[in-house]
Amino acid sequence: MSILFTGRSSQGASQQKISSLQKVLMFFVDHVRQALASLGELWRAPADSMLTIAVLGLAITLPSTLYVLVKNTEQISSGWEQAAEISLFLRQDLPAGDIQQLIRRINAWPEVEQVVHITAEQGLKDFQQRSGMGDALKYLNKNPLPDVLLVMPTARHTGPTAAALLLDKLRNEREVEFGKLDIDWLNRLHAAVEMAHDLVLMIALLLFMAVVVIIGNTIRLNILNKRSEIQIMKLVGATDAFIQRPFLYTGFWYGLLGGLSAWFAVMLLLWWAESSIASLTELYAHDFNLTGLQGNELLTMLGLSIGLGLVGSMLSVYRHVKDIEPQ
Amino acid sequence: MIKFEQVSKTYPGGQQALRQVSFHIPPGEMAFLTGHSGAGKSTLLKLISIMERPTVGRVLINGHDLGKIKNRQVPYIRRDIGMIFQSHQLLMDKTAFDNVALPLVIEGYSRRDITRKVHAALDLVGLADKINSLPITLSGGEQQRVGIARAIVNKPPILLADEPTGNLDPKLSMEIINLFEKLNQAGVSVLIATHDLGLIARMRYRTLTLRNGQMITDGLVEDWRGDSE
Repeated sequence: MSILFTGRSSQGASQQKISSLQKVLMFFVDHVRQALASLGELWRAPADSMLTIAVLGLAITLPSTLYVLVKNTEQISSGWEQAAEISLFLRQDLPAGDIQQLIRRINAWPEVEQVVHITAEQGLKDFQQRSGMGDALKYLNKNPLPDVLLVMPTARHTGPTAAALLLDKLRNEREVEFGKLDIDWLNRLHAAVEMAHDLVLMIALLLFMAVVVIIGNTIRLNILNKRSEIQIMKLVGATDAFIQRPFLYTGFWYGLLGGLSAWFAVMLLLWWAESSIASLTELYAHDFNLTGLQGNELLTMLGLSIGLGLVGSMLSVYRHVKDIEPQ
Repeated sequence: MIKFEQVSKTYPGGQQALRQVSFHIPPGEMAFLTGHSGAGKSTLLKLISIMERPTVGRVLINGHDLGKIKNRQVPYIRRDIGMIFQSHQLLMDKTAFDNVALPLVIEGYSRRDITRKVHAALDLVGLADKINSLPITLSGGEQQRVGIARAIVNKPPILLADEPTGNLDPKLSMEIINLFEKLNQAGVSVLIATHDLGLIARMRYRTLTLRNGQMITDGLVEDWRGDSE
């Protein structure tokens, strides 16, 4: 390809033999060669590259570990949500027939899994047994307890908002004095988990920016170190893209190796924490397994760190390679 | 082949390196460019390889106005111009082979073609036995010849040399100039900037002389000698 001399490229006999297929092939061969050359350069300066990779690894390990913790917390709390149960206290002096009718009506609702009726007498008997006041209650001339219905929502309506909606609907029933759903703690838990989510996201964003800056700066130093080499390449007709490629591959390798070391660090941390977490969950008699980074989460993490490596190197490569001109 | 039309170059800061320089080197000609240090020789060569752009006037190569060449096209222009420098500009941590192969790698030749062409170029400059040597282990003349091999390895139609014999003794200088003559006979246009007047005196080639950025003589070396004596 010559701008000044049309047909120059066809002067050499050998060049005519290059087919377009071969050109495409050479393009990929060149890329692989440059990628390996960049890896080789990291290998030849192991101390420097290890330091950079370690910094990247740590920067990615922190958000990844937090993510794993939040994910596991969510798993536990999703087990607790199943326990949502609504207590309905009925008005006193209702005829037994009305109560039976109400139970039948509520049972027919699609949101309701099961209704348990605790009669006033049953309630008093339970209270006598549990409160230890025993005979003292016999002096009451009238049972002060109302009839109580325990309503279990179906699995789809156990979430805090769905359960609250169901509670509102139940409160509107004529026979119901008042209803109670103990979802405050559930709301608090959800809010806390949500906040942890945001926190992880914020920390991740900050550290990802740090990764981009670190890689950008490392590549910038690489470029400045190779100043004279870049000048010579420009003198003999290298395009900016050709000069930039090895540096972009360096960014790619930094990202990949940083991501892999982060994965290793997360596994190590989880393995370390596993026994203490197991003994804690055992106390709550919960069947719980700590899950680490799974297949596509791992791929996402590696993809992310490679992406950050590329972005970092692009930022400095596009600025600095253009600036270096032969004198 | 190379044509300057009323070219002036003023560097930022006001230093005027070239004033209204015009000349034409036809295809296949070999010419010398001479003058004292600071006369504008290097600037003139830089305008041809677009390391600098003229302030006023036009530079044409093969009829193409270099003013119309965009910055991203500059690398392709440089592939048509072989350049040789006094300071060699070699990659010191790469072998002679790798240095000479660089322009071919950039253009995307296959490994087989590269090997063949590099061997041919190093053969031509007489360094076939130094193919795997690092530049640091070579003498000044040998380094210069590696630079020449790199400049001619993809057979450019134009060859520019900036003080190619600057650090060499007369015998080596003559060898280098003979090499340029050989290339010139193969049809390459050659422009050699030098202040080695003794060297020019021994040759019969057109000589362009610059003084303070102005072209003061343009002609055969005999005419130039007649002028100054």
